[in-house]
Order: sequence, then C-alpha cells, then structure tokens
Amino acid sequence: MSATEHRTTDGAERVAGRRVSTRTLYVVLLVVALAVAGVVSYWASGHPDGLEFVAEETGFLGSAEDSATSGSPFADYQTTGVDGWLSGAIPGVLGTLLVLLVAGGAAWVVRRRGADRG
Amino acid sequence: MHVPDGFLDAPTSVATGAVAAIAVGVALRKAKGELDDRTAPLAGLVAAFVFAAQMINFPVGAGTSGHLMGGALAAVLVGPWTAVLCLSTVLLVQGLLMADGGLTALGTNIVLIGLVTTAVGWGVFALLRAVLPKRIGVVAPVAAVAAYLSVPAAALVFTGLFAVGGTAPVENGAVLTAMLGWHLVIGLGEAAVTFVVVGAVVAARPDLVHGARGLRRPSRATAAEEVTA
Repeated sequence: MSATEHRTTDGAERVAGRRVSTRTLYVVLLVVALAVAGVVSYWASGHPDGLEFVAEETGFLGSAEDSATSGSPFADYQTTGVDGWLSGAIPGVLGTLLVLLVAGGAAWVVRRRGADRG
Repeated sequence: MHVPDGFLDAPTSVATGAVAAIAVGVALRKAKGELDDRTAPLAGLVAAFVFAAQMINFPVGAGTSGHLMGGALAAVLVGPWTAVLCLSTVLLVQGLLMADGGLTALGTNIVLIGLVTTAVGWGVFALLRAVLPKRIGVVAPVAAVAAYLSVPAAALVFTGLFAVGGTAPVENGAVLTAMLGWHLVIGLGEAAVTFVVVGAVVAARPDLVHGARGLRRPSRATAAEEVTA
C-alpha cells in the first residue's frame, strides 16, 4: 500500500477519499482480468450466444462465412496444438495483455499532459 | 453479439465501417478530455477486463448463452469517448487473433458493441444521474440499469442493420422478436457484472471513476467540506 504518496496537502484529493492506492487498485484489476481470461474462461458456457442462437433459429446462420483469420493459431480462443485448460488460457492471457497495451497505450498518448501527478 | 462475415451485405458493411472509422477518429480527439496521467492506465485495464469478461459466456437457458458487452461499464468508469476506444481495441484484437467477429464485419461490431452500448449506456446513466440525488451511492445501480438497457438496444440496431443489409431471406419480424427476447434476458447478466465491477471500483477509488465526478460521498470528510463550503 503506497497510499501515502497520494495523501497530499491537496484538500480536494483527501475529500475524494482513497481507500486503496492507485497502484493497488490497478494491480488488482489486472490480476482479476488475467484470472478471468486465463482460468475462469475454462468454465464458460459452450452454448451459442444470443445472436448465433437467433441466427440458427430463424434460419440465417448459414449465411455466416469463415473469417479471414479463422486459421489463426488462437482462432475461437483455442491454441492450435495445445490441449486442455492451457489451450484456452494462452489466448485469454495474451489477448488481455495485448488489449491492455494497445488501449492503455492509446489512452496514454491522447491524455491531458501535466494536469495531474501520478 | 459478434457478427461474423456474411450476415450483412457489402454496402451495409462498408457503411458501418465508415461510421466506426469516423467514431474512432472523433473518440481519439474527445477522449483527451477524459484522460490524465492517473486514468489513462485505468482505460487500458478496463479494456483488458472487458476482453477477459467477453470470454465468459453465461448460460441463459434453452441452449443459449450471453456475455458482457461492456460499453456501459467502460463509459461509467473511464468516460464514453474512452470507452469507444477500449471497446474498439477489444474488437480489433478479437477479430484479428481469435477470429471472433468477422473482419469485414469489424465496423458492424464496433458500431453495435462499441458505439451503441456505449451511447445508450452513457446516455441512460447521465439521464438518471441528473434526476437522482447527487450521491456516490447511485453510481453502481444506475450503471446497472444503463447496462441492462444497452443490450436490447444493440439487439435492435442489429435487427435494423439486418433488415437493410441481411443476406439471408429471413422475415424481419421473426429476427426482431427473437433478438429482442433473448437480449432482454442476456441484459440481466450485463447489469449484474456492471453493478459488481463499477460498485467495487467506486468503493475503492470514487475519485478515479468518470461517472462519479461531482458526486458527494457520505463521509466525515465530505461533511467537513460541506460545513466549510
């Protein structure tokens, strides 16, 4: 807990109430995301989602075409050549980290500069 | 609700692609007002969480499942323009690496899952927040209601796109009834996940939550502020 670094003399910040430090919150969020993608995903329902189910039921599922990336080693969240839990965990963890880097990077580039201290 | 290639014809896909491209371009400029040194990393984490959560299909009965879309959740936590960037990143990675959602349908998916759920989610959230007491406790429940409504809204927009550009000769009324019916149920999951996640972040650090800006906390510090104000 490094909450002290945020306990500045800035009254507005104290009033806002910080129960956990920014770093603690962000680490917890990352761990939760990785656990959901890498572990919990193993127990996800294999049933078609709402759109796919409706497409089948009303008769337009057949119009779906394979994506150009359907040959990807991580297609359908399964790793080619890997069996079991790890097969889904690898794309889950890699995808989570890649999204974090791309979205976080974009947010970092477009953010307001110098308005706030970390 | 990831739309595969082939469901919609080329003109419709080009149109949704153009709308998505413009929206992402505008979001890149507008998101600046929502992001600073502290919240920019949060935007990355929210996007990562939405990606992870979208892997979790929960059963909704009769052999159907649903998963979080996340537009309302992201909009409340990091702001609507940033949410569009988060969701677009998720959909891009899913389409390129996991073949989840078609590539020619990427624009359609950004419109449905990125724009519609964010716009409806944030719109409903802002509307309800404006008429409810300005207290921090309203954020999570209001976010849940907004998240719930964002799901059938996306289903409606898909149905509209399908009516205009669907490649299969299927009666629009049947698609409308089925899409709306199932997504009114799936929305309950969206609302539950949004309530828990927004509630947890608000409880930990309300000062970082975009949708909690300008709201009061029921605490001694706030009471002191009110006395001095």
